[in-house]
Amino acid sequence: MAKSNKPVVWSLFAAGGTLAALLAPVLALLFLLAALGRAPELLGYARLHAFAANPLGKLFLLTVIALFLWHAAHRLRVALHDFGLRRDRLVAVVVYLAAGTGTALSLLYLARI
Amino acid sequence: MSRRPFVRLVSGTRWYFGHPRYLRYMSREVTCIFIGAFALLLLRAVERLSAGQAAYASFLAAIAGPWSALGLSLVVIFALHNAVSWFNVTPKALPVQIGEGFLPGGFIVAAHYAAWILVSLAVLLFAGVL
Repeated sequence: MAKSNKPVVWSLFAAGGTLAALLAPVLALLFLLAALGRAPELLGYARLHAFAANPLGKLFLLTVIALFLWHAAHRLRVALHDFGLRRDRLVAVVVYLAAGTGTALSLLYLARI
Repeated sequence: MSRRPFVRLVSGTRWYFGHPRYLRYMSREVTCIFIGAFALLLLRAVERLSAGQAAYASFLAAIAGPWSALGLSLVVIFALHNAVSWFNVTPKALPVQIGEGFLPGGFIVAAHYAAWILVSLAVLLFAGVL
């Protein structure tokens, strides 16, 4: 039987898309408020550090960053094909490598907090 | 095989301007650029947070300003577009079978919108905005 890695990346894409649909607008709004000089309490150093120091907080941040990245990577691969870039193998390697690197870096940074 | 096969002339790079439906499809696809960019911003925030209070304070100072506000407004808009289009197709992605029939799609969409509102309110409360 032919083997394919599609179910793996597609499940990450779908999980990331659902998580992004639920959380991305409100999380981006928090950072928009910070950009407007009205940073919410949670984005202050003390609160965010305490949040990221908590194991559940770490898990939340890791899940959000990793799944957003994998969602964006898979959709970007398809979008680049749709925009006329027909080098799917190369594009796939680049976008998934970027998502994997981002996931590893978020693990590393969270471990340091 | 016909000796004169019909070849449809389709541009590889501008085909999506051919029909409003194609443009709407591409508008959903490009949301990934903003979701991805926002994920990188979150990654940067966590990195600065791990580097200490001074590093994090300079990160917050760096993202304050009109250009960041413009960029983050675009992220919010495209994230909303992703959310609405994502939830609107949930009856196709997650059909709920009851006996011989299916739960009407409206219920599935409404359940997702309800969850979205609750999650957003919970985050705003937790963040101290509300």
